[in-house]
This record gives sequence, C-alpha cells and structure tokens, in this order.
Amino acid sequence: MSTQIEQQETESESEQEAESAVESPGDRRRAEKQQRLDEQKQAEREESTLDDEETIRLKVFRYDPEVEGKQEPRFDDFLVPFHKGMTILDALIYARDQYDSSLTFRHSCRQAVCGSDALFVNGRQRLGCKTQIAELETPVRIEPLPHQEVVKDLVVDMEHFYDQMEAVEPYFDADELPEDELEEQRQSRENREKVKMSTRCIWCGACMSSCNIAAGDNEYLGPAAINKAYRFAMDEREGPDRKQERLRIIEQEHGVWRCQTQFSCTEVCPKDIPLTEHIQELKREAVKNNLKFW
Amino acid sequence: MYEHDVIVVGAGGAGLRAAIAAHEEGADVALVTKLHPVRSHTGAAEGGINAALREGDSWDLHAYDTMKGSDYLGDAPAIDTFAKDAPEEVVQIEHWGMPFSREDDGRVSQRPFGGMSFPRTTYAGAETGHHLLHTMYEQAVKRGIEVYDEWYVTNLAVTDHEDPEDRVCHGCVAYDIKSGEIHGFRAKNGVILATGGLGQAFDHTTNAVANTGDGCAMAYRAGAPMEDMEMIQFHPTTLPSTGVLISEGVRGEGGILYNEDEERFMFEHGYANNDGELASRDVVSRAELTEVNEGRGIEDEFVHLDMRHLGEERILDRLENILHLAEDFEGVDGLDEPMPVKPGQHYAMGGIECDENGETCIDGLYAAGETACVSLHGANRLGGNALPELLVFGARAGHHAAGKDMKVAEIQTGPSAKSEDGAVEPPVDPGAVDAGTDDVVADGGAAATPKSVVKGAVEEERQRIEELLEADGINHAEVRADVQETMTQRVNVFREEDGLKQALRELKDARREYQNVAVSDPSRTYNTDLIHTIETRNILDVAEAITIGALAREEFRGAHWRAEHQERKDDEWIKHTMLAWNDGDPELYYKPVELDGDEETYEPKERSY
Ligand SMILES: Cc1cc2nc3c(=O)[nH]c(=O)nc-3n(C[C@H](O)[C@H](O)[C@H](O)COP(=O)(O)OP(=O)(O)OC[C@H]3O[C@@H](n4cnc5c(N)ncnc54)[C@H](O)[C@@H]3O)c2cc1C
Ligand code: SF4
Ligand code: FES
Repeated sequence: MSTQIEQQETESESEQEAESAVESPGDRRRAEKQQRLDEQKQAEREESTLDDEETIRLKVFRYDPEVEGKQEPRFDDFLVPFHKGMTILDALIYARDQYDSSLTFRHSCRQAVCGSDALFVNGRQRLGCKTQIAELETPVRIEPLPHQEVVKDLVVDMEHFYDQMEAVEPYFDADELPEDELEEQRQSRENREKVKMSTRCIWCGACMSSCNIAAGDNEYLGPAAINKAYRFAMDEREGPDRKQERLRIIEQEHGVWRCQTQFSCTEVCPKDIPLTEHIQELKREAVKNNLKFW
Repeated sequence: MYEHDVIVVGAGGAGLRAAIAAHEEGADVALVTKLHPVRSHTGAAEGGINAALREGDSWDLHAYDTMKGSDYLGDAPAIDTFAKDAPEEVVQIEHWGMPFSREDDGRVSQRPFGGMSFPRTTYAGAETGHHLLHTMYEQAVKRGIEVYDEWYVTNLAVTDHEDPEDRVCHGCVAYDIKSGEIHGFRAKNGVILATGGLGQAFDHTTNAVANTGDGCAMAYRAGAPMEDMEMIQFHPTTLPSTGVLISEGVRGEGGILYNEDEERFMFEHGYANNDGELASRDVVSRAELTEVNEGRGIEDEFVHLDMRHLGEERILDRLENILHLAEDFEGVDGLDEPMPVKPGQHYAMGGIECDENGETCIDGLYAAGETACVSLHGANRLGGNALPELLVFGARAGHHAAGKDMKVAEIQTGPSAKSEDGAVEPPVDPGAVDAGTDDVVADGGAAATPKSVVKGAVEEERQRIEELLEADGINHAEVRADVQETMTQRVNVFREEDGLKQALRELKDARREYQNVAVSDPSRTYNTDLIHTIETRNILDVAEAITIGALAREEFRGAHWRAEHQERKDDEWIKHTMLAWNDGDPELYYKPVELDGDEETYEPKERSY
C-alpha cells in the first residue's frame, strides 16, 4: 500500500529556487533566517507562539498489515508536551515511549547523517530529526514517504530506492592506480569542490519520494541515483573510459532524459544538494559525448 | 539456516572493512546488520583519520603519541601494529575513491589534532565519517558482498565447554526485522562482531540510538571477557537537548566558555590557567560539571559556548556546519546567541578483549571497531584515532577469520592471561538475577556438531522472543530510562565510591525489573518494541560492567576520575581490568599492560600538553 497525498506549494517555490541557484551559503542562511523571523512574527501575531507549557497535537499515520484494527490505515492523535528545540523525532519518541510502544518509525543518529527518518510532515518530505516543531503549523501531520510501499506505520520499503542506487554502479573504479601502494592519486581542489555537494547524499529517499516522474515511472533512476552517477562521472580520478560507461548508464531510456526539471527533489533534499542542476549538467555532458561520436 | 564462511555482525566502518578483507581472501562473506550499512554511526564522525603519511612523520611518532595519550594503559603490540598499518589503510581508501580534502598539489590534506605531535589527521571537510562509511559501502557493493540489512543479531552460537578458552563460536542467531522470522547463521570460519559503541547506556551521549553495546554484551555472555570497561570518554561540548556533538573546532577557532555569571570560568576559576578552553577533553568536561554543581550553570544544566566574536565571515567559512547543528537541534542561532553545551558520553575505550588479529579467547569469535578492545586507546582516546582503528583492525580481523595465515598474536587473551584476581566489594551481587540459570551459552554438550550448536541457539532465541511477545509486563523504556539516569548521575565524569555502589544497587534493581519486561506490540512486522527490549538487556550488562570496573580502579587515570583517588598510581594500576560473565556471576581479574614495543619499551611519563 502507498500513501498518495497531494503536494501543495512545491511548484511555486521551486521557481524561486531556480532563480536563486547561485547564492552563497551565507546568502542562503540569511534568507532562511529572515524567513524564520518572518514566520516567528507571524506566529506571534496570531498569539500562538509556543512556550514550554504548551502541548503539540500530532496526527500520525498508522498501519500494520498484521494487526487487526490496524490493517485499515488511519491517523492517531498524540498530545506531546512541547519544549524549546523539540524536533519531530523527539515528539515521535515521546509519543512512542509514553503512549504507544507499537508506534513504529526508523531513526538512529538524530543528527541528520544516517538518513533513516525521512518522513512526510505537513505535506513535505523532511528529516524528522532535523525539523523543529516550532516552525510548523499545528496539528502536525506525520506520514510515511509518499510513493513508497508502507511496511508499517511510518516505515516504508526502501528496496526499490536501494536498487536504483545500485543500478548506476555506485562505486569508484579508477582506470589505473599509482604503483606505490603508499602513494595517493592526485585530485585537484577544484575537482573535489565540483563533486563535493554530490558526495553529501545520505540515501534518505526524500528526493525520490517528491519526484512526480519517479512516481509515474517505476524504472526511472531518480534524482539520488543520478546524483550518485554524477559523483563518479565528474571525479577526475576515474579516467575517460569509465566516464563514457557512466554516461551510457544514465543516458538509458529511464535515465536523465526523464527529468522534467521540476526542482521538487532539490527543494526537499535535507543536504542541500543541487540535484536538478546535477541532472541538467549530466544531460549536457551526454549531449557533448554523443556529438563526439558523430 | 544460512551458511557463510565468515559472518560479520554490523556494517559500520569496522564491519565493512572486515568484510572486504575476508572477501579479498576468497571467503564467502555475509554482513548481518540491524541498520542498512549507510545508516551506521560511523557516518557521524566529523574530525578525521590519523596516519603518518608525510616526510618528517613516522609510524613510531604516531605510536608514541597514542601510548602517551592512552595514559600508559594501551598495549604496545596493538599500538605499534596500528601506527604501522594506518598509512597503507588510509591510502587504500583514497584509492577506493574517498573524497578527502586536498592540498594544492592534489595530495590529501592533513591537519593538527589534539595530542598529536605532527599534523597527521587526514579529513574530508567536517564529514569524514560520512565519506569513509559511504566509500567503504560502495566497495562492498562493487564486490557483491552479501548484506542482510535490517537483521537483528540477538545471540551467538557457542559450544558450552566449561572453560571459555575451549569454546568455539559456530555462528549466531538473527531475526529479520521486516518479517520477524528468526534464523540461524552458521559461520564456517568465524563470526566478527563489529557492532559499534554503547553510548545508550547513558542518557546523554553523542552516540546514535542504535549504539546499545549489543556486541559487547553478547560476547560477554558467551564467555569472552570485557576489558577496561570503566574507560569512557566524555566530550565537553554536546548540545543539551540531544547530545549532538559540537566539534572541538569551535574552541580551536577561539570559542569561549561562559558560566551563568558570564565568567570565563576556565580561567577565572582556575581550571586550566594556560590552555583555558583548549585544555584536554576530560579537563574541560570536569570544569563544566563543577560549574553546574556549584550553582553557576545555566538552568542548572549547561554552560555557554560563545563564538559570536569570531565574526560572521569566519564562522561561515570554517564552522558553517556548527551553525546548522545549533539551529536544527537546539533552535539557537550561533551568530546571535551563545550555544548551550554540556559534557556527554562519547566513546568507549574498553570493550571485548581481543588480540591484534581481532580474535577473542573463544575460537572463531572476533571483534573489531568500537565494540572491541585490543587496547589501543587505553584510558583516553585521541581524536582521529578511532577511524584508522576501524580500518587497521577491521582488515586484520577479516583476513584472519578468512584463514589467512598471520603470525601468532603477541597480546594474550582469556582467563589464562590473568595476572591477579580482582578485589572489589559490591554492595549487591552483580550479574544475572538468577545466576546460573539465565542465558546458558549453548547446548548439546562438547560433542555437538556445529550445525546443532546453531540450531540449539536458534531454539533458545525463538523461545525467548516468543515469551517476550506473549507475556504481559512493563515496557522496556522504563528500565532503559532508569539505567541511563543512574549511569549519568553516578558513573559519569565524576565518580565516587558511594555513588558507584549506589549505581550497582540501582542496576540490580533494574535487572529485577527487567525480569518483568514484555513487548506490547504483538506484530511480527518491523517490531521496534521488540528490538528495543532486547537492546535494553544488553545496555544493562554493559552498564554494570562499566560500573564494576570504575569501582575497582582506585586511581585517577585518563578519563577515569575518582574522588577518593586523585593520582595516577603506576605501581599498582598499569594493568587492565577484566570482567568475565561466568554464567551470570561476573568475575573481576587483572591482566598486565604490555609496554614492550617493537623498537623500544614505553616508559610511563607525566601526561601534560
Ligand atoms: C559524533 C561522533 C564523532 C566522532 N568523530 C570521530 C573522528 O573525527 N575521528 C575518529 O577517529 N573517530 C570519531 N568518532 C568515533 C568513531 O566514529 C566510532 O568509534 C566508529 O565510527 C565506530 O565504528 P564501528 O564500525 O565500530 O561502529 P558503527 O559505525 O556504530 O557500526 C555498528 C554497526 O553494527 C550494527 N549492529 C549493532 N548491533 C547489532 C546487532 N545486534 N545486530 C546486527 N547489527 C548490529 C549497526 O547496524 C551498525 O551497522 C566519533 C564518534 C561520534 C559518536
Ligand atoms: S539526494 Fe538528498 S534527498 Fe535524495 S536521498 Fe540523497 S540526501 Fe536524501
Ligand atoms: S535520525 Fe539519522 S537522519 Fe534523522
């Protein structure tokens, strides 16, 4: 079974994102901060700023194929006491440990590096551990990632995502290595900078879940896998032959050309990876490469 | 029953490296892991990986620094092997594509780190662990190594000989988290435990929620002793709400610590008049807690780490990641406000006793990574030394388990390495509530075939899990919370005899409570309630071992501070604390520290930086 919830906002916001693709981290931070301040003021105006005594209402998606009474998907409400700095993951843990120990979700690092708690929160893909409750409208609606099979409650089946990742041969494969086993390969700083953002992916699956194309075409490699291909195709240590091979993989029928530049992946990626840009760049590389053959 | 030559439990840095090494020797290897490999906690490491790569540096300097850092509780053969193998291992992961930060000439960058006499820490931005983990997983994929991901290993299948040194490990029992099915895994050559840290024994830790000391506890109950468990490293700058680590880099760049009265307490209260905020981790942790205990903490809980004066430009340039962490996890903007910080559990120096090949005293049972104790870090781990440990000793365990001939290990393991009996007076009997009946190692007697040993272990686990699912009782979360609170209150940075004894009483109570624990989620599908319940048992065992070790060690060495014993006692205490489970009746004994290195013998010296 799969949850299909309409996504609002995504389209209009994605245009903004496209325009501001070149901003620096500083600009981005300032913009984000401004946005937060605005939101906070808005909230104050509505006299709903959260303080420590308040409770938050969570509406959490529940489903278990095995347990009678949970086989029909439903939403459960949990009232959780709020404290400053509280994240979605904190609230879920509270709900589980205090009210219902069968409430099921994946989590581990609680610091946005393990990629296991991507969730659909108030209609958007987010990492539970990285999302401050104070910034959300209440009640907070928490669902599993859309367009993925639900295993139980908030846990989705990631197999398809892993398969797509593995389909791009996601491993370094240098043509030749230095003879001396104690000598590194050389890589220029520029080249490392170029691949840097692409190497930050934590396999959370948020991008894939937000992508309309992936939702309609099960074979589409999807943004994360294409980004993985980018990470190696652009690494100068691999050599031209391997790069050819990599371009062939991403150029297949369900590869880069399926992407319709909707930016929803870029929009939701918790690691700020410019996914759409990477896909576009690979399209250009592929064209250049084909021209060479003619 | 699944069968493989080598079974690696855990797929963090140590597990992946071990699996690749065993595969290189032609073994059929399987990785069995409760998290998908890329979700392992190795991904959280920020700082870097130490290795002597450059002219002017050498393995013996690295070894010397490590021994000194360990406060002379590390074993020289382990330290020498480590420092010698590290360069090749680090270059190896570079050859596997690791995106290290680079110098102008294209070689990997190195930077200075605490306690290192040479800038030998290689790194990939402030996300070194993430890149290491992913690079190694990619190589495992490339080799087609079989991965059972989201499989929880609940116990080992070990023969039940009286003497642990006669026992053989034939495999383990695991269940498929997605389906709830329980299966045996038979290992023809060996099982390698690489299950990572045990931070969840404390309620405030930088460790992931999955770091529950499973490997340690399983090996302990199977008969492999735990070594130096009292040696827990606390990190002085973690965020109060979550325990997320704020890198030492902030203080390195000039960040300042303030108490509630806005005093720069490191200087004003004389904790470290020379180094101030940059004193070593244990010194700063103790200073912060003293402030809080004496009523100068903020909200009676934490202190402030201020970096505003560094200026927006410098912060964004070098500490951008920290801004995100403070914002995402504490809701604090580091550019406008000081960040709240307090000490948190960070690393376990102790663990499953093993030799340089990773082998324990039980034949066919290996350990590698944070769960293991070859005794490399002794009483204090230097920053950047854990990641190369995963590589060096992960690889050696993998090679050895796959049958590659290696020299006989110099480090002795098992009860026969004992130098003297331990004396400690616990206020209650530690160990199992019904000692002797709980957790029999295996069944079938010494004559049992390997398969029947695995089968027997599977049967026992089926029964245990069945009971947990069917019984009514209390929720594990209560017991876990009690244990974590006890540990944080009494076995933390500061340790006093009365507190430690009280902790043992409370842990015994928790063990009794645990007798009544039950899983209330009846489902076999993705039952996290069940996982956490089994983990809680493991947390109990490691928590108790830490506390017994802390009570036994009557001196002040490295991270281990004792109120009644404010000095390092070299005459008496250059020895390892060892704890053997003995069917639920823990036995404490000591084993000598090996100070004879390859080139020279290390002489204990005063540790000052
Ligand atoms: C925040 C942080 C920062 C750090 N920074 C540095 C640094 O800069 N430099 C450095 O050298 N060190 C650093 N360390 C220490 C270092 O990262 C760890 O010691 C190391 O990564 C541990 O690796 P591991 O492979 O032993 O365990 P982990 O990476 O934790 O892997 C454990 C594996 O075991 C599996 N597992 C556990 N129990 C079971 C079970 N019962 N059944 C099946 N599978 C199981 C898990 O799924 C996981 O795959 C840091 C640690 C932390 C917490
Ligand atoms: S690209 Fe971003 S959103 Fe997609 S899986 Fe990786 S981290 Fe998650
Ligand atoms: S818990 Fe690891 S990414 Fe959120």
